[in-house]
Amino acid sequence: MSEAQTLSEARGPGDAPAPMMIPEIVAPGGTPAALVAAIDAGADTVYCGFRDATNARNYPGLNFTPEDLKEGLAYAHARGRKVNVAINTYASAGNTKLWHAAIDTAAGLGADAVIMADIGLLDYAARTHPKLRRHLSVQAGASTVASIEYYYEFFGISRMILPRMFTLDEIAELKSRVPVEIECFIFGSLSPMTEGRCSMSAYATGRSPNLCGVCSPAEHVRYDTVDGELLCRLGDFVTNSFGAGEPAGYPTVCKGRYIAGDADPAYIFEEPECLNAAQYIGTLRRAGICAFKIEGRQRGRFYVAEVVAAFRELIDAEARGEKLDRHAAALERLRRLAEGGEETSGAFRKGWR
Amino acid sequence: MADVISPRPVPQLVLGPVLFHWPAEALRDFYFRIADEAGYDSVCVGEVVCSKRMPFFEDYLPEVVARLRRAGKEVVLSSLSLVSDEREITAMRALVASAPGLVEANDVAVLRDLRGRPHAVGPFVNIYNEDALAFLVSQGAVRACLNPELPGSLIADLARMSSVPLEVMVFGRVPLAISARCFSARAEDRTKDGCQFACKADPDGRPVRTIEDMPFLAMNGLQTLSYTCVNLMHELAPMRAAGVHRFRLSPQTGDMVATAALFRDVLEERLEPAAAVQRLGPLHPDLPFANGFYYAAPGHQFVEPARAQPALV
Repeated sequence: MSEAQTLSEARGPGDAPAPMMIPEIVAPGGTPAALVAAIDAGADTVYCGFRDATNARNYPGLNFTPEDLKEGLAYAHARGRKVNVAINTYASAGNTKLWHAAIDTAAGLGADAVIMADIGLLDYAARTHPKLRRHLSVQAGASTVASIEYYYEFFGISRMILPRMFTLDEIAELKSRVPVEIECFIFGSLSPMTEGRCSMSAYATGRSPNLCGVCSPAEHVRYDTVDGELLCRLGDFVTNSFGAGEPAGYPTVCKGRYIAGDADPAYIFEEPECLNAAQYIGTLRRAGICAFKIEGRQRGRFYVAEVVAAFRELIDAEARGEKLDRHAAALERLRRLAEGGEETSGAFRKGWR
Repeated sequence: MADVISPRPVPQLVLGPVLFHWPAEALRDFYFRIADEAGYDSVCVGEVVCSKRMPFFEDYLPEVVARLRRAGKEVVLSSLSLVSDEREITAMRALVASAPGLVEANDVAVLRDLRGRPHAVGPFVNIYNEDALAFLVSQGAVRACLNPELPGSLIADLARMSSVPLEVMVFGRVPLAISARCFSARAEDRTKDGCQFACKADPDGRPVRTIEDMPFLAMNGLQTLSYTCVNLMHELAPMRAAGVHRFRLSPQTGDMVATAALFRDVLEERLEPAAAVQRLGPLHPDLPFANGFYYAAPGHQFVEPARAQPALV
């Protein structure tokens, strides 16, 4: 998208004629192919990570070598788009070099921003690469004005990615009080736990997501069929069971069915839903959200391209003042792509508390 | 051996904050008994999980703090681990302003108000490396309790590089996750706002089992804990050798006075760890022990000390 498209005039009757910022689409680049697909589909920014423990989607077959990143940056920059690099796990004591090298490489190759959560890494990046934009990862779990100000004052973050726990009114209020840009999730998988502060997967498997970048790692997942039921295991624990023909989701530990006390098996933390906040594009834009993030670096390029294209259409339409129900096909496509077939508006709606 | 060896710091036993929603009078009586009978050097007091629980204990707090201090115990006020709105920020500012001693920050939101003033960093603030630790120390942290998922190797690395005392949780159900959502309320089909304190029914947390009926987790309102109870009795000596001298016991409903005595006996080498573990079991009959996190194994496992590092000193 060109500069001219990014800034357009507000059109609502009675609105001040101030230039209106159209929020960026920040799309997942799990692989170089997904990065290209996202940009071709209209993403303004792609986020990606290196092929090691420095990023929170450290899954086999995903992520970028420094050479991949160099090429991805060239592809994006040639089209006026951006690439942000997620270095959003926690560096382990005595081995911080791996994380420092990731930051140095991102800076050296001209990444548009680094996304971090670790206080030690934020401090390192602020001191070593003061001109490199620093974004606060959702993995930092900054949930108040006070914590956002802490990261701003000490580490000069330009942007924070909002934990998925605020209603629309709270987001508007928050934005009016913090000196940084706010990026929020618009689509994709949800975690019911405060991110960066969950050891459930490590408890089951021995691998800490904060240190290794992997939650519910595939090498600890097993499927058994018992009496026609498909049992999903993570380590020693059955996380869920599915009858014949029932769609089985990935056995992420917090998305399983368990027995609390004497109750029947149930999704005790959250239903396995997919966030789809397409209906709130306008409200979030007016609240001052500068970027809409699509979750899913573990997703393939076709999925990414489809989600990005749908949001490109909807976000541009909303900015032109059109009603979104005139874009039924795009809305329907997103509904279809929602994980597990069920969708939710997440914490945005009132009354979830 | 003519060399003068500098004495190791005396080991300190710390009672962590009560993580569960115990009735206020029961909580007061618990602390009175801790003050009068238990061998803790420091006691952390304060609501860590849910701000809705805070008003109940407010009136008892001054007398509890006074009684603990009269008994010679250091009192540390622990903050919430997830500060999520302005009301909670205000409550945390009041806690910081009125604290008679150290405040333990469990959320970055509280750290901001504590900068430049001596404070403790609690186990809910992520410290995985020397850089994060050094930064927090530069802002006034005088000690830090580490995240209980840290393996022993990282604990030792951090202890070697730390300029402040580090603390490790050695007993209790392990806090694994915190959420803005209340799972105890959800289990009763209530909203968080209309929870009617569903969490109060489970003073050690509500056991969560798998579909195969295997115990897995414990539910405590916004917090999820391990079903098993961490027990690092066997690992005290290697941790002391690595430079860790503060050990945190997290309260459960079993006898925390007798529990402290057993840890003290092992730390002062009056009792073998295996014998202490044998006596600890009956004090906490429904809490199977685990130490997996220490060995970088699944946290729910109990790694037999024979297979563990034989680094006992």
